[in-house]
Amino acid sequence: MIFIGERINAGFQDIKEAIQNKDPEAIKKWAAIQTDANATYLDVNLGTASNKPEDLCWMIEMVQEEVDTPISIDNNRPNMLQEAMKVCKKPPLVNSTTAVEEKMNALFPIVAEYNASIIGLVMDESGSPATADKRVENAAKLFEKAVENGLSPDQLFIDPIIMPLNCMQEQCKEILNAVSQFTLFSDPPVHIVCGLSNISSGAKYKKLINRTFMAMLITNGLDAAILDVTDTEMVDTILTAELIMNKSIYADAYVEAFRKT
Amino acid sequence: MAIPDVKEKWTGKINEVTIGATKDDGGTRGKVITVGGQTTLPFLEFEGEVPHKTVIAGFVSDTPPDWPDVIKHAIGNEINSPVEWAQKNVEEYKCDLLSLKLIGADPNVNDASPADCAKVVQDVLKAVDVPLIIWGCGDDEKDNHVLPECSQAAKGENCLIGSAKESNYMTIVAICKADKHKIISEAPVDINIGKQVNILLQDAGYDIKDVVMYQTTAALGYGFDYVYTIFERARIAGLKGDNLMAMPLICEVAGETYRVKEATADEDVLPGWGKLEKRGPMWEATCAGGYLQAGADILILAHPQAISNLQDSINKLS
Repeated sequence: MIFIGERINAGFQDIKEAIQNKDPEAIKKWAAIQTDANATYLDVNLGTASNKPEDLCWMIEMVQEEVDTPISIDNNRPNMLQEAMKVCKKPPLVNSTTAVEEKMNALFPIVAEYNASIIGLVMDESGSPATADKRVENAAKLFEKAVENGLSPDQLFIDPIIMPLNCMQEQCKEILNAVSQFTLFSDPPVHIVCGLSNISSGAKYKKLINRTFMAMLITNGLDAAILDVTDTEMVDTILTAELIMNKSIYADAYVEAFRKT
Repeated sequence: MAIPDVKEKWTGKINEVTIGATKDDGGTRGKVITVGGQTTLPFLEFEGEVPHKTVIAGFVSDTPPDWPDVIKHAIGNEINSPVEWAQKNVEEYKCDLLSLKLIGADPNVNDASPADCAKVVQDVLKAVDVPLIIWGCGDDEKDNHVLPECSQAAKGENCLIGSAKESNYMTIVAICKADKHKIISEAPVDINIGKQVNILLQDAGYDIKDVVMYQTTAALGYGFDYVYTIFERARIAGLKGDNLMAMPLICEVAGETYRVKEATADEDVLPGWGKLEKRGPMWEATCAGGYLQAGADILILAHPQAISNLQDSINKLS
């Protein structure tokens, strides 16, 4: 599983204040905590705290002063991205583009230039898709554009767009169905990622719903997630689901082993 | 249209483990042996690196093993002396290193004392200058006494000591940390237990980059395919980045081969099977050849014909 740590996001008050006061402490703290929790990438999101490229670059630099975990740049403005790419020490993951032609044409060449990876949301001009077929159609557009720009399939992370369970219940099956079809595009396959917490938006038993849906997504081929990597119940569910899918080798102490490595 | 590049891109690397220590490193060996380091599956050098060839460890035991006479005759009288057998393995058979099994310590064999075993280790180390693998007799309780003394007798020589199992790993970790040796982790043809033992070694504070994995060894015809498959799975997991599976692999081919009827019974018992004199080493070499292709890093062999046959295969394939 590719774990993308979500915590360095200006949506959280401590990070927002860190950016506004240029005090890196909270950023560095979460960089270290999430790295210790085995994050593969650290998502860095400026949110509404600022729209200046230099602030995004500062955040990335502060993370890199603390850890060497690759960055996921949570920004899709080409001018911001160009600047942020330059300061990343390891090839980053860009979060994200949609399947809108104009957007893809602006972002994919930058991703290719820096040998980075990118998350592609299966949305197009008409908005969020309502069916599995539409999701697959948009995913195919993203895949085609990635290949056109010289990216290998594993540099593309497709996000099927998760909808809330409590008001769009019929969507869940469409999403699972679409995910299993994404795995058929190529060999090696593209990565499949999601912003999981949407599923439980507005629901009462959020964590239970998140975990259950995660296990079902893994069964269908999902192999990356933007999440709270310190949520041990979620991480344990993921480890177990991956064992059940024979993605890694079982040992009695598999949970403890993950915590230590 | 360009031909698509179908090479696998592995993210992991098999650990490099060095056995033996020269004078500069506090030992007395004339050379060291390094195994592992691969970034691809066996012999796929177009796809990744295979920096070290598979090595052959010559089988030696403190007391002659219970093998058929024709096999023992092929080795010669030296089989009765661990020192002379060790020398023959190195000088005549050109083995890369030695694997010394202290079978005489077994309470059901000679019940040799830990001090006697340590003396054999010292004598062998004096007689030859290649790196040494040291095994107990397989009886956990006895090995808990034998291996600490042998480890101490070989202190600083950076030996490979076997074997750590779920039942005895604490002792092995303690002695190998104290006397600076490498560890063989053992599991009974079970990849899950293999991984578990590696986790236990790590938990006990041993650096798992200094571990060689021993999935026991099944002789040809006796579960060979199970071990072969485990090798493949372990190696693929290691190359995919599972660092608990990224160990070099060792095979005890000789000891296992001369336990099965195909390599121990002559024509009087198996009419039409051909002479044991020829069939025994063939069985050993064929079994070793299979494990070589599965990804074995260290092959323990005994019969001179099997050794020379495998030396030839390794050189041709590498």
